[in-house]
Amino acid sequence: MTTAQVNSYRTGPDEKGLFGIYGGRFVAETLMPLILELEQAYKDAKADPSFQAELDSFLEHYVGRPSPLYFAERLTEHLGGAKIYFKRDELNHTGAHKINNVMGQILLARRMGKKRIIAETGAGQHGVATATACARFGLECIVYMGSVDIERQKPNVFRMKLLGAEVVPALSGSRTLKDALNEALRDWVANVEDTFYCIGTVAGPHPYPEMVRDFQSVIGVETKRQMLAREGRLPDSLVAAIGGGSNAMGLFHPFLDDKDVEIIGVEAAGLGLRTKKHAASITGGKPGILHGNRTYLLMDDDGQITEGHSISAGLDYPGIGPEHSWLHDMKRVQYVAATDKEALAAFQLCCKLEGIIPALEPSHALAHVMKVAPTKPKDHLMVMNMCGRGDKDIFTVADILGVKL
Amino acid sequence: MGRIERRFAELKQKGRAALVTFVTAGDPDYETSLKIIKGLPKAGADIIEFGMPFTDPMADGPAIQAAGLRALHGGQTLKKTLKLVKEFRAGDKETPVVLMGYYNPIYVHGVEKFLGEAKAAGVDGLIVVDLPPEEDVELCLPAIAADINFIRLATPTTDDRRAPAVFRNTSGFVYYVSVLGITGTKAPDLKSVEKNVNRLRKHTKLPIVVGFGVKTATQARAIAKSADGVVVGSALVSAIEDSLAKVGKPSPKTVKAVHSLVSDIARGVRS
Ligand SMILES: Cc1ncc(COP(=O)(O)O)c(C=O)c1O
Repeated sequence: MTTAQVNSYRTGPDEKGLFGIYGGRFVAETLMPLILELEQAYKDAKADPSFQAELDSFLEHYVGRPSPLYFAERLTEHLGGAKIYFKRDELNHTGAHKINNVMGQILLARRMGKKRIIAETGAGQHGVATATACARFGLECIVYMGSVDIERQKPNVFRMKLLGAEVVPALSGSRTLKDALNEALRDWVANVEDTFYCIGTVAGPHPYPEMVRDFQSVIGVETKRQMLAREGRLPDSLVAAIGGGSNAMGLFHPFLDDKDVEIIGVEAAGLGLRTKKHAASITGGKPGILHGNRTYLLMDDDGQITEGHSISAGLDYPGIGPEHSWLHDMKRVQYVAATDKEALAAFQLCCKLEGIIPALEPSHALAHVMKVAPTKPKDHLMVMNMCGRGDKDIFTVADILGVKL
Repeated sequence: MGRIERRFAELKQKGRAALVTFVTAGDPDYETSLKIIKGLPKAGADIIEFGMPFTDPMADGPAIQAAGLRALHGGQTLKKTLKLVKEFRAGDKETPVVLMGYYNPIYVHGVEKFLGEAKAAGVDGLIVVDLPPEEDVELCLPAIAADINFIRLATPTTDDRRAPAVFRNTSGFVYYVSVLGITGTKAPDLKSVEKNVNRLRKHTKLPIVVGFGVKTATQARAIAKSADGVVVGSALVSAIEDSLAKVGKPSPKTVKAVHSLVSDIARGVRS
């Protein structure tokens, strides 16, 4: 693998959808014409100022952007090192960053004349965001969700149903996010004429990793502007949690060429990297092919995909977006991991010190902030992506803390 | 001339279509699977397709998904699948064997290593569902260089504009997927199959076999009129499932259940 200098980390993917060796279009022939059609439609939309204007308008008035860049003063005092900012994407409509991408894809689906939307979801946040946008535009919405996740994310299942979506349990394989993705792909193969597949993270076949990244980049673009306004300079470090990697890529991408900004992605270490019960694809996996792209994956010696494990349903995915795999090989982004236990401690600390109940996903990022912030000087500016709020997780947390609701 | 080409030439002389049978390697266990494939030619199979089990088969319906999981739970691996082919080949030098599956186990095993071992075991062709022509450098071109046929799936969405790219680096035969969807769910619409087979013939001289959703002798006979071959898969895999003593455990009926269904469908294709 080459770590030779590149002029820019922001030009990928190439025309084959590759970031280095990662990405690509590993899909069944039935889907290939659709993926090419989508790629063209996205190119046209990107070049059309009226598309961006429409998206910007919905992001402002419906989603509630820009989200604040908030100085977490008490946490900063408590940790006694870096000056910590939260990018408050948990304040978006529907409570997570997922809606940024969904608004983009649904507006694109409308442009393409598609009336039936399918999506996969793990924690249920992407499913809720998709169901929300579909309700707003009167589109049919079918969400695939692993039956295990349906059980642990009940409030979101009910939300989706209230919003008029059909929630279909994925009963195959490990019955979590990866299986929901398989089911969505199977649905797409069977309904190619009228269906738009709204993928929830920076994975899948090209052009999804690029497209979802572009839609999520609003996070990093705003952060840059807000930090310049607040502090008169760029942040020193960025920290974000990684499931498939969309909130992280959205924060990171606008900063990739700012060489002095240290960038850290936090994977889910579950019960620990030395156990098999984790979801850290980069830290604990190797390159392979799944869900339309080549990327780091959790698998056994025979190339069979293994089940991820994390306290957080949204991080419980055995893969990661291909651009992250490339940024890892290029050593531009550092990938670390936080355990269930560390995330839970961070979750509780954030509730007490900042009055913010974070989702379990960003609690992983916060766990890493707790490890490194104390080692940094006081003028070190650290931004953590608070990509979701924790209402959906209170049952899981109560259960672990032994509290009966 | 490879075994696949030779087989289609023989069948052309006999004036009939090929019966291609699909079962998953190692389903429900290694020994039973070996007995099943050993008896397939006598039961009427002209070409044997052997599924390489994978945890995440995105183009397969419930029957083949379950077969893959049974095989994996029974300890099946890519190495054991190659060993099965080798044992079959020791007793049958003529019947073509095609491995069908997904790319990841092959990629992880190592492409060159896999191709060398497959050739040595007596594998004649490969069908890898998640490798469209856009990814030909991955496995298709190396397979051709290793003298293994790379068989491509053509689908109802493969229009006349796309067909030349789909057929460019393919050999052996073309596998026409008769339905929009996954294996074993919908039944093919016979009129549309005939129309599409005839349309695709303008783009390729290779034999065209039709599969996905063919379950009965009657369907097989109807399809054999316009196509050069018929693939039966989910129906055989379901016959295995229905015959099991309990999940993953064969019963005395398992091997026979597959062979008698194959005989039945073979009569349809040959009539
Ligand atoms: C709040 C939140 N954060 C993070 C994720 C993980 O996804 P990604 O890594 O694509 O941001 C999810 C997924 O459900 C989520 O709900």
